[in-house]
Amino acid sequence: MSTLFTRRRFLVGGTLGTSALALSGCDVLDENADVANVLRSAEHLTMKAQRLFQGRDALAREFDEKDISPSFRVNGTSAPDSEDYVELAEGNFAAWRLKVDGLVERPREFSLADLKALPARTQITRHDCVEGWSAIGKWTGVPLASLLRLTGLKPTARYVVLHCADELEKTLDGSGRYYESIDLIDAVHPQTILAYQMNGDDLSVGHGAPLRLRVERQLGYKQAKYIMRIELVDSFAGLWGGNGGYWEDRGYEWYAGI
Amino acid sequence: MSETASNDNVRYPRTIFIRRHSVVTRLTHWLNVLCLSFLLLSGLQIFNAHPELYWGHYGANGDPAVLTIGSNDDRGTPSGFVRIVGLQIPTTGVLGISNVDGEPSARAFPSWATIPSFQDLAAGRRWHFFFAWLFVINGILYLGFSLLTGHFRRDLAPATHELSPRHLGREILDHARLRFPEGDEARHYNALQKLTYLAVTVILLPLMVLTGLTMSPGVDAAFPALVDLFGGRQSARTIHFVTASALVIFVVVHVAMVVLSGTWNNIRSMITGRYAIQLKGPKS
Repeated sequence: MSTLFTRRRFLVGGTLGTSALALSGCDVLDENADVANVLRSAEHLTMKAQRLFQGRDALAREFDEKDISPSFRVNGTSAPDSEDYVELAEGNFAAWRLKVDGLVERPREFSLADLKALPARTQITRHDCVEGWSAIGKWTGVPLASLLRLTGLKPTARYVVLHCADELEKTLDGSGRYYESIDLIDAVHPQTILAYQMNGDDLSVGHGAPLRLRVERQLGYKQAKYIMRIELVDSFAGLWGGNGGYWEDRGYEWYAGI
Repeated sequence: MSETASNDNVRYPRTIFIRRHSVVTRLTHWLNVLCLSFLLLSGLQIFNAHPELYWGHYGANGDPAVLTIGSNDDRGTPSGFVRIVGLQIPTTGVLGISNVDGEPSARAFPSWATIPSFQDLAAGRRWHFFFAWLFVINGILYLGFSLLTGHFRRDLAPATHELSPRHLGREILDHARLRFPEGDEARHYNALQKLTYLAVTVILLPLMVLTGLTMSPGVDAAFPALVDLFGGRQSARTIHFVTASALVIFVVVHVAMVVLSGTWNNIRSMITGRYAIQLKGPKS
C-alpha cells in the first residue's frame, strides 16, 4: 500500500507540477510572435472552411417578433463623447452625412433621409458577442450592396472599412477610434445592411445612432456603431494597427465567424 | 497465439505480454490528452469573459440564467459564489473570487486554471481554436481508423451477455472493491470500460465539437439544423460546458483507475502497446 501511495503521490504531484509549468509556459509562449503566428494559422483555416460550407448567400437565421430579447445589452461605447457627435445627436442627426469614398467610382455623401428613401430590408437576427452572450433584435436598414451599386467600385477595391464616431480607448494618437472592415463577399451578402432602426424605432445612441452595420454571419464586434464614413480600400495596412479593426488591432480575429 | 502451445515445463504463475493498443490508438490517445488539456484551460478563459449560462437562442445580463459564477463585494470583503438555477453555493477563493498576485480578484475560474493565466479573451480564443482544429483532425483519424479496422466492433462493442444487469452489477461491485480482471479476462476490456470508452469517443467528444460549432454564427448560417438540434446558441453553450464537465469527471476516474489497476503496465501499454498479464495456470 505504501508503494502505491508514493506512486500515486508522485503521479499526482508530477501531473500538477507539469501542468503548472505548462501553464506558466503558455503565458511566456503567448508573448512569442512565432507561437502566436502558428496559433493564428487556425483563423485562416476557419475562414476557408466556413466560406466553403456557407457558399456566398447562406443566410443567418431570421427569427419571429416573439423571439426578440426583452432587453438588448448595450455594449462597447454607450454614448460617443466627441463634440462633433454630441452636436449631431442634439440636432437629431439632421446634419449627419455618411461619406462613401476611397476606391469607388463616384464618391458621395448620404443624409439619413437619403438612406431612408432607398429600399429597406428588415431582419430579426441573433447578435452574438465574442464574450459568449446573445441577444435577438429587429434591424431595418439599407443593404450595403445597394449603396455600393450607387457609388460603383474601382477594380482594386477589396475591403469595406467603416469609420466610426466612438473612441473606445482614449489615446493621444487617436488609435482608440473604433473602426471595422469586411471583405466584398460579406459586403454584398443580402443580410449585410446599414441599419438605422432597431425594434421598430430609430436607432438609440446606445445601439449606434444614427447608423450601424449588421453583418449577420459574424460576431458582435464586427457590427460597427456610429458609422461616419465608409471607405473602400485594397488593404488595411495603412489603417491604425493594420489589422482591419479596433479589436483586431488588440488581438481578436479579423474573420469573426466563430 | 504461441503461449497456448503449452509444454509441460512452463511454470505458473507467469507473465506474458500481449499487444493491447494499436499505434493509431496510442498516437491519437496522447494527442487527445494534449488537445483536451489546452481546450479545457483555454475554454475556462473564454468562459470567464461571460461567466453565465442560459437556455434557448438568446441570453445576456439580466436574462434568466441556469448557471452563474460571480462575486459580491460586501463592504470590502469580496465573496465568490456559484449559482445553479436558484441554489447559491459560496466558493470564495476558488470560483468567483480567487487570488491574483496575492490579491483577491473577481474572476470566475482562478488564474491557475486558465490559459493564459491573466484575463485575455483574444489569446484564449487563439489557443482554443488552434487545438480545436487539431482535436477534430485527430478525432476523425481515430474514428475512421477504428471503423475501418474493426476496433469498435472487436474491442469496444460489448457482447450481449456483458450487458445483462447481473453481469454489469457484478462488474460495478468488482470495480468498487478495486478487483480488476486478471489472467485471460484481462486480455480484453471489461464491459464498463467498453461502455465508458464508447460513450466518450462516440458521444461526449463529438458532442463537444457539435455544440462548439453551434456557437459560431458562421457555422449556424451554413448548417441551421445544428441550432435546432441543440435548441439555440445559448443552449449549445450550456451543453458545451456540461459536457466538458462530464469529460473532466471521466478523466479523473480514468486516471484513478489507471493508477489503481497497475499504473506502469497501463501507461506502458498506451506508449509501447505491450500489456503484461499474469497467467495463474494453463488455459482451459
